[in-house]
Amino acid sequence: MAENMSGAANVSQEREITPFERLMIVRNKNRPTIRDYIPLIFTDFFELHGDRFYGDDGAILGGIGRLEGTPVTVIAEVKGRDIYENKASNFAMPHPEGYRKALRLAHQAEKFHRPVICFIDTPGAFCGVEAEKRGQGEAIARSLAEFMTLKTPVISLVLGEGGSGGALALGVCDELAMLENASYSVISPRGFASILWKDPSKEEEACGIMRITSHDALSLGICEEIIPEPAGGAHNDPETTAENIAEFLVKTLNKKMAKDIDVLLNERYNKFRKIGEFME
Amino acid sequence: MLEDLFKMVTTRFNGDEKNEIKEFKCPRCQNGCGADELQKNMWVCPECGYHSRMNARDRIAITCDKGTFREYDKDMQTANPIDFPGYEEKIETMQEKTGLTEAVVTGECTIHGEPCIIGVMDSHFMMASMGSVVGEKITRAFERAAEKKLPLILFTASGGARMQEGLVSLMQMAKTSGAAARLSEAGVLYITVLTDPTTGGVTASFASLGDIIIAEPKVLVGFAGRRVIEGTIKQRLPEDFQSAEFLLENGFVDFICERKSIRRTIAHLIRLHRPPVKDNGAALADSSPADKSPAENKSKTSKEKTVSKENDENMGSNGNASNAGNANNASSANSAGKSDKSEGIFGAHKNKPGKGAGKNG
Ligand SMILES: [Zn+2]
Repeated sequence: MAENMSGAANVSQEREITPFERLMIVRNKNRPTIRDYIPLIFTDFFELHGDRFYGDDGAILGGIGRLEGTPVTVIAEVKGRDIYENKASNFAMPHPEGYRKALRLAHQAEKFHRPVICFIDTPGAFCGVEAEKRGQGEAIARSLAEFMTLKTPVISLVLGEGGSGGALALGVCDELAMLENASYSVISPRGFASILWKDPSKEEEACGIMRITSHDALSLGICEEIIPEPAGGAHNDPETTAENIAEFLVKTLNKKMAKDIDVLLNERYNKFRKIGEFME
Repeated sequence: MLEDLFKMVTTRFNGDEKNEIKEFKCPRCQNGCGADELQKNMWVCPECGYHSRMNARDRIAITCDKGTFREYDKDMQTANPIDFPGYEEKIETMQEKTGLTEAVVTGECTIHGEPCIIGVMDSHFMMASMGSVVGEKITRAFERAAEKKLPLILFTASGGARMQEGLVSLMQMAKTSGAAARLSEAGVLYITVLTDPTTGGVTASFASLGDIIIAEPKVLVGFAGRRVIEGTIKQRLPEDFQSAEFLLENGFVDFICERKSIRRTIAHLIRLHRPPVKDNGAALADSSPADKSPAENKSKTSKEKTVSKENDENMGSNGNASNAGNANNASSANSAGKSDKSEGIFGAHKNKPGKGAGKNG
C-alpha cells in the first residue's frame, strides 16, 4: 500500500453541512467572485490581456498587483455576477487561449521573479467546436507541464467550483488552499451521475460519494489548507473572507519565497508525485 | 465522454468474453472478416483501412523486436482511494476479461535494435481510463527514461480520468505531465502515438506533450466528448470532427502514420535523435535538400501527408516481427555508430512523411 492520507487536521466547525449543501452555497448567485476579491486583497492592480497568438479569453483574468506591497501576478477564472458579466466570461469556462494567456503571464512572472497566485473558479474547460480546433487538450497539458517547472512560487486557491482539467490547469502549485465550501472534482456531479446512473438529476447522490469537498481534498493530501468562510458562506461577509484569503496568501508566500528555487521545484514535483494509491 | 466511447466499442467484436476475436465486424464499413485475416492485416480492416483497437499484448508484439520486451511494474495493483462502491469487483472483472492487471503496460525493449522504453494503453480495460496505477506506471516510465537516457514511446488510448478514483485520478494528469516536463528538461526524446480513442484527461496531459506526436489514421482524438459538444451547440458534428486528420489540419499532430509503418518510423526517429557523431557532416547535409518548403506542404491535403509504405517488413507478419524484419533490423543495428551517415540518407528519403510516400506501394 502506498502513499498519502495525510493528517486530516483543521477539522471544521461546520462538519454537518452536506457536500451537496456546500455546492449550493458555492452556486449562490451572490457568492463573491474574483472581481469582488481583487480590490479587497490587492493594490495597484493592472489587468493584462491576450495570449499573443489568437485572442483574449474573458474566462481567465490576469494581471499584476501588490499583495501587502509585494508585486505578484494574479491569474483567475472569472465567474460573472450577472448575465452580462457571464456572457463576457463564458460562465468561467475557458477556451485554449485563456490557458495560453495564463501561461504567458506565468512566464512573465518567472522572468521578473514575481510569485504567481492562481484563483480557481470554473465548472470546467469549455466544451465546443472552436475549443477543440484550437487544442483544448494541448492547452491544458502545456499548462500542467510548464507550471510544474515554473521557476517562481505558485500558490493556487479554489474559490468556488474546481471542475476537472479546466481547474487543474491553474492548480499545479506549491500549495493549494480551498475556501471552506469550495469543491474540487474530477467531473461535475451532474456528469458523474449521468455516466454512472444515466440520470443527471441524481446530482445530490453523486455529491455524496464523489468526495469533492475541501475536507476531502485535505484528507486526500491534495489541498494543504482550508480557508474559513463566514457562517452560511462567503456571500454573507465578503470582506472577512477576503481578509482570510489575504492572510493565507501572505503567510504562504513568505514561506515559499524564502526557499531556494531548486528546493521549491522539487517539493512542487513531489507534492503531485506522491498522489495516488495502489498496491505492489 | 465515457458513455459515448462504450457505445462505440460494443458490437465491434463477436467473440467470446476472453477477448479473443472469432470474427471481426468493422464498425466503420460494416464489412466482416475472420480473426486470422484481421491479425495478418495488423488489426486494420482489409476493406476500409479502419485501424481497430488493439490490445496491449498484440501492440507490443508488432512493435518491439521479438523477445526483447521486459515489463516494468508488472504486479502493481489497483487500490480504492475514495472507497468507491463496487470498484474492487469492477477491477477484478476487467482483469479476468482482459488478462491485464491494469489499463497500461510499460517496459523496456528494442525497436529495430534501438533500445527504448515503451508504454501501451489498452482500451479494453475500463476504456483505459487513468487512475492511480496508470498514472504511476506512466510517471515511472518517464522517470526511468530520464534516468537511463532512453527514448520513451507511448501508445495512448483513453476515455479520460478514472471517475471511480475521484480527485486522485484528476491529479494523475498533473503528475504525469510534470514527469513529462522533467523528461523534456533532461533532453530525452519522447514520442506519442495516438491511437483510437485518445480523449479527455489523457489528451489534456501526457498524450499532448510528445516531442513528436504521431497518430494512426482516422482515430478519435479530442478533449471533450462529441455528444457533450453536440448537446451544447444543438447540431450534429461532421464525421471527421476530432479525427487524426482534423488534428493534423489544426496543427496538433506531426503526421499520420499507418500501423504497418509505425515500427520502422519510430526506429528512424530514434536514430535521428542520436547525438551527432563526429565527422558526419555529410549526414547533416543530406537531410536538408529533401525538406520541402512550408508552402509546398500546405498545398498537400492531409491524406497525402499520411505516411504509407506498403513494403514495411511487418506486413503479413502475423503480429510478430517477421524473420525478414529481424534480418533488416539486425543489419541496421550493426551499422549503428559506424555508418550513421548512410542511415541518415536512408531515413531522409525513405521515411519522409509527405513526399509522395503514398505512391511507393
Ligand atoms: Zn472497415
